[in-house]
Amino acid sequence: MEILASDFFQRALIGGVLIGITAPLMGIFLVLRRLSMIGDTLSHVSIAGVALGFLVGVYPVAVGLLFAIIASFFIEKLRKTYKSYAELSIAIIMSGGVALASIMFTMGRGYNVNVNGYLFGSILTLNDTDLITIAVVTFVVLVAIRTQLKELFLLTFDEDAAAVSGLPVRFYNVMISVLTALVISASIKIVGALLVSALLTIPAACSLIIARSFRQSVITVVIIGELAVVAGLMIAGVWNLAPGGTIVLLLIAIMLILMLVKRGMRLGS
Amino acid sequence: MQNSTCHQDIITLEDVSFSYQNQAVHKGLNFSVKERDFIGLIGSNGAGKTTLLRMIVGLLKPESGTIRLFGQPVSQFKQWDRIGYVPQKNSFNPLFPATVREVVLSGLYSRNKLFRKITKADQKKCDDALHAMNIEDLAMKRIGELSGGQQQRVFLARALINNPSLLILDEPTVGIDSETQEGFFHMIKHMHQHHNITFLMVSHDMEMIRSYLGQQPAVESGKLKFYKKHSHELQDCVENDLTHSLRELRQQMESRREVVTVGDLS
Repeated sequence: MEILASDFFQRALIGGVLIGITAPLMGIFLVLRRLSMIGDTLSHVSIAGVALGFLVGVYPVAVGLLFAIIASFFIEKLRKTYKSYAELSIAIIMSGGVALASIMFTMGRGYNVNVNGYLFGSILTLNDTDLITIAVVTFVVLVAIRTQLKELFLLTFDEDAAAVSGLPVRFYNVMISVLTALVISASIKIVGALLVSALLTIPAACSLIIARSFRQSVITVVIIGELAVVAGLMIAGVWNLAPGGTIVLLLIAIMLILMLVKRGMRLGS
Repeated sequence: MQNSTCHQDIITLEDVSFSYQNQAVHKGLNFSVKERDFIGLIGSNGAGKTTLLRMIVGLLKPESGTIRLFGQPVSQFKQWDRIGYVPQKNSFNPLFPATVREVVLSGLYSRNKLFRKITKADQKKCDDALHAMNIEDLAMKRIGELSGGQQQRVFLARALINNPSLLILDEPTVGIDSETQEGFFHMIKHMHQHHNITFLMVSHDMEMIRSYLGQQPAVESGKLKFYKKHSHELQDCVENDLTHSLRELRQQMESRREVVTVGDLS
C-alpha cells in the first residue's frame, strides 16, 4: 500500500485526475457526432510521433502531440474529399500512423525504448514535464469548452442549423479535432495509446444510457471518467497491473452495471 | 400593429448553376423572393430542392451565379439571426441526449452571440416560444422521446425564438400523420398572414402547397416548381408579437376542437 504515497504514484494520480476530466469531455462530442474512431486514429498517429521523438532525442510526448495535430488536419481534409465515406479518412490515417510507428520503432531498435509504457500506459514513467504538459492541455480544453459549450452543443446536435446560424462550422470541426489530439497525446503515458480512445468513448456511452439532457451528459462523463481513472490507478498501483487496461476494464464494468440497472428499472416499472 | 409597405428583396438568385458529379442539378436559375412572400418548392427526389436550400443558406457554393440574402451576397451575409431554419425531421440522432428546452434555446446561438452567456431574457424568449408552440409541458423531455409532430413543433419553436424575418423549412411534415400536418400547416399560414415573415418551404405535399399558393407554379426550372403567394395578396398590417398571436391561434384551435368533440358526442 505504500506505493500510493510514493512520488511517482502521486504524479500519476494528479495526471489521471486531469485526464479523467478532459478525455471524456472531448469524447462526448466525438461519440455524439459518430466520430468515435477519431480517438483511435489520433492515438496511433501519436505513437508514431513518440517513436520519432525517441529516434531523434526530442521530448516524445511533444512530437506525438505535433503528429496528432497534423493528423487531425488531414482527417478534416480527407473527410471533405470522401464526404459520403467519412470513415475512410479515419481508416487511412490510422493505418498510416501504425505503419509509420512500426518502421520508426524498428529503426530505433538500438535505443532502449520503453514501447510497452506508451502502448499500454505506465504510472512509473510519468515525470514533471509530462505533468506540466497534461496541466496545460487540461487548461486549454477547459477554457475552450467552458466558453464555447453552447455553440459546440448546436454543432453536435445539428451541424446544418449551426451553419445557418452563421457559426464558423469549419473552425469548430478543426477545434474539436485539435483539442482531441492534445488530450490523446497528453494521456498516452498514463492510459496507453492503444487504450486511450476507451477513455474518450466509454464514459460517453455510459451517459447515453442515463443522461436525459446535454448538461447531464457533460456532468455524467466527467464523474464516470474520474471514478474509473482514480480507482483504476489505485488498483493498478497496489496490484502492479497496467493502468490503462485496469481503467478501461473498470469503465466497461461501470457501463455494464448501468445497462443492468436501467434494464432492471424498466422491468420493475 | 405596424404598416408594412416596403417589400425588399429577401432572396435573389441570379443565373445560379450547380452540378453534382458532372450532372447539372440547377442551370441558370433566376428567382427572387420579396418580403412576406411565401414560396413553396416542389420537386421529385433528386430535383435539387435540398441542394438549392443549402446554397441559399451558404452551406453549398453555386458553380456560377450569385445568391443574395437581404440584398447581400451570401458569402458576405452576417445577419444570420434574421433566419429561422426548420430541418427535415430525420436530420438528427434520436438518441441524442438533449431536452426540448436545450434544443429551443439553441436557436439563439449565432455568430453574433459568441462568448455570450444565456441571460434571463433568453430564458423568457424560450418560455414564450415553448408556450406559443404548445410544448411547454414537454420542455424537460428528451427530444428523441417525442412524436414526429411534437419534434417539428420543437424545431419551429427553435426557429421562431429569434423573431426571424425569413423562415426556411425543409420538408417539415415528412413522416407526420395527416391531422398533425394539417395543424402544422394551419399555423404556418397564420404566421404568414399576420406577421412580417417571409417563407421558403420545401414540401412533397403538392395538395397542401397548391391549396394555399394556387394551382399554377410561378416559376418552373428543370424538375423544380416554385409556387408563390405574393406579399401584395396579404393584408397590409402585421402584428408584432408573434408569441401572443400564436397563443391566440392555439386557443382558437383548442376551442374549435372542443366544439367538434361536443358535436361528436351529441
